[in-house]
Amino acid sequence: MRTRRGCVAACAAILLLAAGSAPAQQAVDTEKELEKYRQMMSDPMSNPGFLNVDRGEALWTQKRGARNASLETCDLGMGPGKLEGAFARLPRYFADVDQVMDLEQRLKHCMETIQGLDTADILRRRFGAPGRVSDMEDLVAFIANKSSGMKFEVPLSHPKEREAYAIGEALFYRRSDFMDFSCATCHGEEGKRIRLQPLPQLNKPGRDAQMTMGSWPTYRVSQSQTRTMQHRLWDCYRQMRTPEPVYLSEGITALTLYLVKTAEGGEIQVPSIKR
Amino acid sequence: MRTFFFAALVVLAAQVPALSPAVAQVGAPPDPAALERVTKAMWPKRPEGWENRISYDETQAACSRFRNELPQAEFERVRAREAATIRFPADGNVLGDWKAGQKYANDGRGGTFTDRPMTNGANCYACHQMDLAELSYGTLGPPLVGYGKLRNYAPEEARAAYAKIYNSMATMPCSTMPRFGYHGFLTEQQMKDLTAFLFDPASPVNK
Repeated sequence: MRTRRGCVAACAAILLLAAGSAPAQQAVDTEKELEKYRQMMSDPMSNPGFLNVDRGEALWTQKRGARNASLETCDLGMGPGKLEGAFARLPRYFADVDQVMDLEQRLKHCMETIQGLDTADILRRRFGAPGRVSDMEDLVAFIANKSSGMKFEVPLSHPKEREAYAIGEALFYRRSDFMDFSCATCHGEEGKRIRLQPLPQLNKPGRDAQMTMGSWPTYRVSQSQTRTMQHRLWDCYRQMRTPEPVYLSEGITALTLYLVKTAEGGEIQVPSIKR
Repeated sequence: MRTFFFAALVVLAAQVPALSPAVAQVGAPPDPAALERVTKAMWPKRPEGWENRISYDETQAACSRFRNELPQAEFERVRAREAATIRFPADGNVLGDWKAGQKYANDGRGGTFTDRPMTNGANCYACHQMDLAELSYGTLGPPLVGYGKLRNYAPEEARAAYAKIYNSMATMPCSTMPRFGYHGFLTEQQMKDLTAFLFDPASPVNK
């Protein structure tokens, strides 16, 4: 524990130093240091995201709610309690609710139906912050980690999955609000960047989409939190100057399904660590 | 002829959902009513103070639907509609203070749902190279290095630049660039200052 904390502090110091030099060199240096940082953090003993994995595991087995039940019988699509590979096949259609769900929507459903848990507090803590631990971020880190080394596979075999994909694709190109932006504005071409930040192309199958989607959830150094795709898309829309999109809304799931389909075949390695 | 052709296209497009109600194959467009329902549920209410902001106008709808590649008739219709929105400063002077413009060009803050009301930055460097000394620039838009100098500081070119900042889609329908004046994202003074940043001979953009 001591070593881990020491490493986090040292690496933060390296990043601060890199940020102090001239901009061009700074970009190169920062990228080099970030790469070193990523390597140092890529082992489970030092990536803080694995703290979320551990907490998520405890939450999965903990008896809670009006029924004093754990989540261990929750069916994430592979059968009750089956976690291996579940994340690699989400979002997907669930017959019991006649709906396409992502992992967080499904977890909320299981908390309410299996545990009888009042999810108002879970939703209030949907995004972790200093002094506020997110059960959702912990559970997603734990469950997604059970698909590490596997590949995304969303065959869209159900008509509702195809409908969600089509809606997700339309949302990707939907320009709106204060700045006329759509997802495609930044992620519709190859090799572009915003300031010095490279922008992955996400509207075409390929390495960009695979690397991006295969690395969420991720520990975000700039936020000191492990974040899920729900948070990433929330933050994208924030920067696009739309109103706040509703957490666990059908649209976020549709967009996620579109992105996962685009990233199909990409290998999952999570939780990763990012800027 | 062109109008007729476009009308035929619209009729065809309108029939697509009827032909494939359950989205028969990957790549088919969604049922417009389903998309509408989903976006309404995703953004059910306008934040306080956003009442005057545009949510989704006709031009955004056209650019979304055609993925920014408008058929000719629609292209002309959008261009005319957007051109009609541009308001030049009352005294005709489009040039403000280039130093203030430089500051706005570098400022990407403001306008998000986590921001308090503030003077929004223009964030030009997110997408454009401008002053060669500023190395942290994006590549989504064309470089603007030497912008005024390359145009011989011609007053009509400065006016065109002001118009482009005000409403980029009056020049290029479905341009990637936000319509800063049309949306009220930037004030008239800010747009004058930014035009000066591009056109003042003393501006580092022209050095």
